[in-house]
Order: sequence, then structure tokens, then C-alpha cells
Amino acid sequence: MNRTRKGKQSSRSLLVSWVPYFLLILSCIPVFLINSSSAAEIVIGSKKFTESYVLGEIAKRTLTEAAIPAEHRQGMGGTIILWQALRGGQIDAYPEYTGTIGQEILKSDHASSLDEIRESLAKFGVGMTNPLGFNNTYALVMRRSEAQRLGVRTISDLRKHPELKIGFTHEFLDRRDGWRPLRERYALPQQNVIGIDHALGYSALANGSIDVKDAYSTDAKIEENDLVALEDDLHFFPNYEGVLLFRLNMSADAIAALRRLEGTLDEKGMTRLNAEAERTKNYTRAANLYFESGAGSPNTAGESFPQKLARWTLRHLQLAGFSLMLSVIFGIPLGIVASRGGAIGQAILGFASIVQTIPSLALLALLVPFPFFGISVRTAIAALFLYGLLPIVRNTASGLQDIPRSLRESAIALGLSPITRLWEIYLPMASRSILSGIKTSAVINVGTATLAALIGAGGLGEPILSGLNLNDHVTILQGAIPAALLALLVQWFFDLLDRVLIPKGLRL
Amino acid sequence: MSALIRLVHVSKGYADATALRSTNLAIERGKTTVVIGPSGCGKSTLLRLIIGLIEPDSGSIEFDGASVTADNVAALRRRIGYVIQEGGLFPHLTARANVVLMARHVGKSQEEMQSRLLELCELTRFSDNLLPRYPVELSGGQRQRVSLMRALMLSPQLLLLDEPLGALDPLVRAALQKDLKEIFARLRQTVLFVTHDLAEAIYFGDEIVLMNGGRIVQKGSVTDLREKPADPFVLEFINAQRGLASL
Ligand SMILES: Nc1ncnc2c1ncn2[C@@H]1O[C@H](COP(=O)(O)OP(=O)(O)O)[C@@H](O)[C@H]1O
Ligand SMILES: [Mg+2]
Repeated sequence: MNRTRKGKQSSRSLLVSWVPYFLLILSCIPVFLINSSSAAEIVIGSKKFTESYVLGEIAKRTLTEAAIPAEHRQGMGGTIILWQALRGGQIDAYPEYTGTIGQEILKSDHASSLDEIRESLAKFGVGMTNPLGFNNTYALVMRRSEAQRLGVRTISDLRKHPELKIGFTHEFLDRRDGWRPLRERYALPQQNVIGIDHALGYSALANGSIDVKDAYSTDAKIEENDLVALEDDLHFFPNYEGVLLFRLNMSADAIAALRRLEGTLDEKGMTRLNAEAERTKNYTRAANLYFESGAGSPNTAGESFPQKLARWTLRHLQLAGFSLMLSVIFGIPLGIVASRGGAIGQAILGFASIVQTIPSLALLALLVPFPFFGISVRTAIAALFLYGLLPIVRNTASGLQDIPRSLRESAIALGLSPITRLWEIYLPMASRSILSGIKTSAVINVGTATLAALIGAGGLGEPILSGLNLNDHVTILQGAIPAALLALLVQWFFDLLDRVLIPKGLRL
Repeated sequence: MSALIRLVHVSKGYADATALRSTNLAIERGKTTVVIGPSGCGKSTLLRLIIGLIEPDSGSIEFDGASVTADNVAALRRRIGYVIQEGGLFPHLTARANVVLMARHVGKSQEEMQSRLLELCELTRFSDNLLPRYPVELSGGQRQRVSLMRALMLSPQLLLLDEPLGALDPLVRAALQKDLKEIFARLRQTVLFVTHDLAEAIYFGDEIVLMNGGRIVQKGSVTDLREKPADPFVLEFINAQRGLASL
């Protein structure tokens, strides 16, 4: 349903040898300065799809109404990320499905009873509510017209149409109860299978790029897009009862509050809330529909667009700015050392280059399992910091190496001490190169910071992500345009800074 | 009076070539000693050894009676002025800042620096209006005057000049030659002057050191070199330069 990085396990083991270096550098960072969440608050997480967002909002409001301060980190990622975050204590609760718990988390090969599941979870210090009331199982969906034309009603019927193009979410492609066992059970012949984001998949389905995709049975998009769910005639998919997972060490009050949601939300109700969320693009409002008061609580619903934009932008600047500061603080000294060449210099440049080759998403995913990082602003800043390192290190090193030997020797021959030479002669002479490295890092960071929303760290990626999820271009642009403007602004700011910081004699 | 600088069996080699073979040399106080020889014969190497930019492979260097070591080389550099062909001025500093850089670091007062600066401007015929300019805003000749001022700022005992006029056009060069000679005489400065131009060597040199292939071929006055050549190369070198001059 919701995607997880494909091949994440293998890329992790490949890079595991670099982990000590990450930790070495990162352990020096005073990231604890960043207040990601106050200790007293209950933090609710949610996966990156509408229903999870809505359930997260409902859980948050339930707690808030019980006078328990709560925060909702929307759309943090896939099952594994949420589960790790729950175990690591970065979040206290999140919505999950019994089928997913059995298959993906506990990896049991038979259908477990609720009590069995609860018992296994307890070993991890995790509790589970009783089912909330709806069964959101997997389904394969097709355009209604197409299904009727081809006479496809059940999944078995797909056997007769090997030419159909299939687009699955990355998570479904990888799941133990996903595409591979499904294909085996039904002996499906389709070869044309691609991985695609869940929300984008609906557009692909609508415009005929794909013919079949995975969905979940309470998805409002099925109705909305005039799709049909194919009958699971061989009963392949397990039950997916919606529940909330929570940390057992949460306060009894909080647990009691969450358990009040048990059995209160049937399939119809859930579908209605999902539809409302997709229609209004406002999860809080959809969640409020659940509480019959309906009016909406004053503290969450009333945020205007300028307020949201200000919040996103501010957080975005914090993420990019703080990580850039760290990149500068560490990058320049590393660049100075690297400029001397030798094995250490090579190692530094090599390390920084390798970090840059890791896709930014993978780098985030890589840091999440570590207890210190997890799903937090820290992780986002650490990843951005590592990204920003290379341009600064490289430009500092090359700026220093490009100083003519005659000038280096003149500084030595004058009798200046090594520190003075570096500080008053070499660094100012390399300032243009260093500054352009910092500028590159800043622009990269402003761009990459949009990904921070993936792990709930906020910023302008938040509207982009939820827009992507809702397949709503306006919401995407609400994040994308300010992010692009911000990058331009940063560029412009650094051009200005050039004039202030680069010594006049070098600019003539 | 003993020599200010004494090289005893000093040699220096690089991976692919010997830059300086085992060499003995004494530089007299108060005189201008000119080192001359074809390109690549080891002239710059000699100067760079003296100011400690490179260390000799063997032998020892004495400055004012004391052996030069890694410990005292930094202090000794402040007693030596060094000017190179390209000037070696720092592009991000004004002419003034270049000149007073070292004086500032040894803690000279503003007044002291200012009066010394004006003295040097007068000495090197450099207009003090130009002091706020950056090196790129100065002509080649002006840059070499600033470079000389910087070298002289702390009144060094020894001035090392490595082809200081090599990159200048003939007119500027002639003017600077005249001024330099006057300055050396006025200061009674001990100077070690590198050039590859015989006429320049003759003009400045109380003493001429002719080098070839990392070796000192002969040391003496011009007359010595002409009339008592120690080696066929001496005449060859003198004739080659004369041939060019008569063209
Ligand atoms: N850093 C160096 N590495 C290798 N060889 C060098 C280096 N510096 C000088 N040499 C060699 O040493 C010799 C003498 O050089 P140098 O003293 O600069 O000559 P000159 O100043 O007389 O033209 C030349 O053959 C030159 O190639
Ligand atoms: Mg030379």
C-alpha cells in the first residue's frame, strides 16, 4: 500500500562498513540542541497514505480530548520505518493492520490470532488495541470499463490476459504477502510489472499506462475513479484489521484513551473519512468527522495557508541552515587537512564523495535504524549535513591547492607562523573557492531538505508529499514553488555574500 | 670580518636530478654577491636553502656564526629579506598590508610602522599614494618595489633577491637597476642577488659566483672571471652573453 525503499536491506549491508565513520563524525554534533519533541508529549506516527494520516489525526484528537498533549508526525514512511520508530521510542503509537503485523513485523508464516499477535508484540514492549472495526484488505483494482470489456471479475480471470500492464507500489512488490506469492498462488502470467508510487498509480491507471494496481479495500479512490476491486477467489490476502500499536510504557491514561477507539469505525465509516480527506485535502477535518461534534477543534483546524507556508518555510530554513552550518564547521577543517594530500587527504575526499553517491532517500533510510537518529529532525539534519560536506571539503582543498607555490613560499620566507599563514594568507586566498563550495552545499541542502518530510521532519516537503499522496497538483506546488524560490534566494544571497567576504584584491 | 653566511659541503638533490652538488660558499658582509649561471643550474636552490624553504641533504649552513636548524630557522627568516621574480605579493592584501604584515606580527607599534613605511617609500621611490592599492592595480615595476619594501621592512641583515628584475621590460628594468644599486650602497646591505644576465651581474656584483650544473664553477670579480677563467665554461658563458649583447 505504501512504499518502502526497494532493496533497502542489501544497500544497508553494503554500506555497513561506513557506519563507524558516520557515527564518529556525528557523535560530535550537538544535535541535542534541537528540540524535536518535548518529553511529555505523546507522539503519534502515521504511514504515507491517506487512511493512516486520518487515523493518526483521530488518535491525536482522542488523546487531546483526554487532556493528554499529543503530536502527530504525518506520513513518516513505510511499515519498517514506523515499526523501528515505535521500538526506538521516537513515536509512541501509530495505526497498523493485523495482516501487516503478522506478515511484515512478526514474520509468522501462518495466520495468527489476535492474542498470539499481542503476545509476540509484548516481547518488544509494544501493545495493540482491539480492531478499530474495519478490515482494510488488499485488493487488485482495474478500470471498471476495461474489466467489463475483458470479462475480468476475479483475480483468477487475470490468467486469461497476460498482456495486461501491472503497476504495484514498491512495498507490495517486496512484501511477503505481496506480488511474488500472489503470482505463484494464482499462476499469473503477466510480465509487464513496474513499481510505482501509490497515488501516482491511480493517475497511471486512469490514463492507461497501467491496467492493474494494488489498492486497499477502504480506499475512497476506488469509487472516485470508477474502479472495480477483483475478487480474491483463492483467499490469498489475509485479514487487515485496523488497530493502533503503542508503546506499553505509555501512560495508562493514554492507553485507555486510545482503546476507546476500538470497534468504533466500520468499513463504510472509514471509506467515508478517506473520501472526505481526499476531497478536502484536510486530514484534520476528515478526522473531525469521526467525532460527531464535527465543528473541528480550534487548535488544529484553523491554520490558514500563509500560516502553514510560514511554518513550512521556517522549518525548511532551520533544516537547511543548521545542517549547512555543520557542513561548514566540519567541512573547512576537513578540506584543510585534505589539501595536504597523502593517505588521510585521499580518505577524506573519498569518504565525502561516497556519501554523495548514496541516494538521499537511502541515506535517510540508513540513518533511521540507529537509536540516536530514528524518525526525527536529527536524522534529516545529519543526512543533509553529510550531503553538504563534499562541496565544501572539495572546494576548500582545491582552493588551497591552487595557491601558487611562490606565494606559499613567500609566506614562509617572511617568517609567518603556520597558523598565521593559514588564517591570514591561505584561507583568504582560497575564500572564493570555499565560498562557492558553501553556496553549492546550500543550494543542495535547500533542495534535499524537501525529503525531510518523508521522516516527519517537516519543511516544504510536507505539502509536496501530501500532494503527491493525494495526487493533488495544487498542494504539490504549494511546496515546490516556495522551495524553488528559496533555492534562488539562497543563490542570490551568496552572490551578495561574495562581495562582502571575498577580499577586494581578489575581485579586481 | 667573518662571513655572514657560510655553506659547508651543502648538497641538495631531487628524485630526478641533483640540484646542488656538495658546495662551499661564504657571503661577505656589506657586499653584493651575484649568483649567475644558466637556467636550471641551481641558483634558486641555493637561495631557498639559505632561507630554509628546503633542507640540505648534507652539509650545514651557518648564519651569522650560528648553525641553521629547524628550531631557529623561523627566527632567522625575520633577519632575511626575500624577493622573487614574481614579486610574491599576496593578492588579497594592499601594498601597505603586504609591507607591514610581518612587522605587525612581531608587535611593532603603528607609529613605528608608519615611519618605517614612509622611509621605505622614499628609499625605493614608491609613491605613498599607491600604498592603498592591491597588487593587481600596480605595474610590474611598482610591484617589485613593494616587494623590496616588504623584504626591507624589518631591516634584515641579508637580502636575497631571486631574479627580481627578470620579468620587467627593459626601461623599467634599467630604472630599477639604478635604484637598487643606490639602495644597497645607502644601506650597506649584504645582498645575494641571482640573475642570469651577465651585464646585470657586472653592474651589481662586488663578487660574482658563476654556477653550472649544480656546481660553483668560479667565484671572483669580473676581471678574475675574464682573465683567469677556472674552467672552459666560464669563457663560453661570457662569450655567449657578449655575443647576444652585440647583436
Ligand atoms: N621541487 C623540485 N623538484 C624537482 N626538481 C627540482 C625542484 N626544484 C628544482 N629542481 C631542479 O633542480 C635544478 C635546479 O633548479 P633551480 O635551483 O630552480 O635552478 P635555477 O634557479 O638556477 O634556474 C633544476 O634541474 C630543477 O629542475
Ligand atoms: Mg631560478
